[in-house]
Amino acid sequence: METRTDYSDDIKTIKRIMEESSRFLSLSGLSGIFSGFLAILGGLFVYFLMMQNGTNLKIEILAVALSVLVLALSGSFYFSIRKARMKGLKVWTPVSRRLLLNLFIPLATGGFFILILYIENQLQLIVPAMLIFYGLSLVSAGKFTYSEIFYLGVAELITGFLAAIFQDFFIWFWIFGFGFLHVIYGLIMYRKYQG
Amino acid sequence: MKTDITGLNKLFENRVRLGIMSILAVNDSCDFNDLKDSLSVTDGNLASHLKALEESDIIRVNKQFIGRKPNTSYSITENGASLFKIHINALENLIKQR
Repeated sequence: METRTDYSDDIKTIKRIMEESSRFLSLSGLSGIFSGFLAILGGLFVYFLMMQNGTNLKIEILAVALSVLVLALSGSFYFSIRKARMKGLKVWTPVSRRLLLNLFIPLATGGFFILILYIENQLQLIVPAMLIFYGLSLVSAGKFTYSEIFYLGVAELITGFLAAIFQDFFIWFWIFGFGFLHVIYGLIMYRKYQG
Repeated sequence: MKTDITGLNKLFENRVRLGIMSILAVNDSCDFNDLKDSLSVTDGNLASHLKALEESDIIRVNKQFIGRKPNTSYSITENGASLFKIHINALENLIKQR
């Protein structure tokens, strides 16, 4: 006959396995902090470039944006893999595959849409589109990881709509959405989930 | 009926089976290797528990080919989902009762 502690062990095991098999729990708060600071630096650099108003402004801004994107993504992967190792969890699982798929469908859609805006010179809509598609990606990925990601996504969406209304301040909305919100989110996650 | 007086189901008493059920309860389906990795059990051990659950109509087996490789995945049946729910409720009640 099992004792009562065995039963509560059973329940704990069931809950842990359900959680681990349906949510990716190795996202690190450090990714948020790192990407946020990168975005703030990138945003300020673009602001500086606009002040200078050089002849290749459009190309220069694109180069900064792509560098920030690549560095932020690499940082996120690095910190997630590190956290998974520390917690003894696997990184490449059915859940992480679903997470990536649900993240990258809206994100890639946004990327292509923004590319078209860029080619067609509809530049004033680029920052709102970045924030809105990024917000949608997070909302869609939120089902497969910590629920805070969902709320970060909603905050990005709201920032995106505000950026679409107040287009003159696009660089500040960009710094707020990709910089400030990421840092805040990263700090919360880091404290709440120890890593 | 395999349910005892406490409402616990004998089919789920084993740790490996509890693990299998926990995974399948929250995922549409899961293949053999992913189950094996998640639960850290041997092929033979896992296969025998899966067989037992399959024979009691708790889980369903889907065999298919991915490219040229055979792939076996498992999903929970409606019957299995409701029995597992009853089992979890019974566990929770037992803890509360002291």
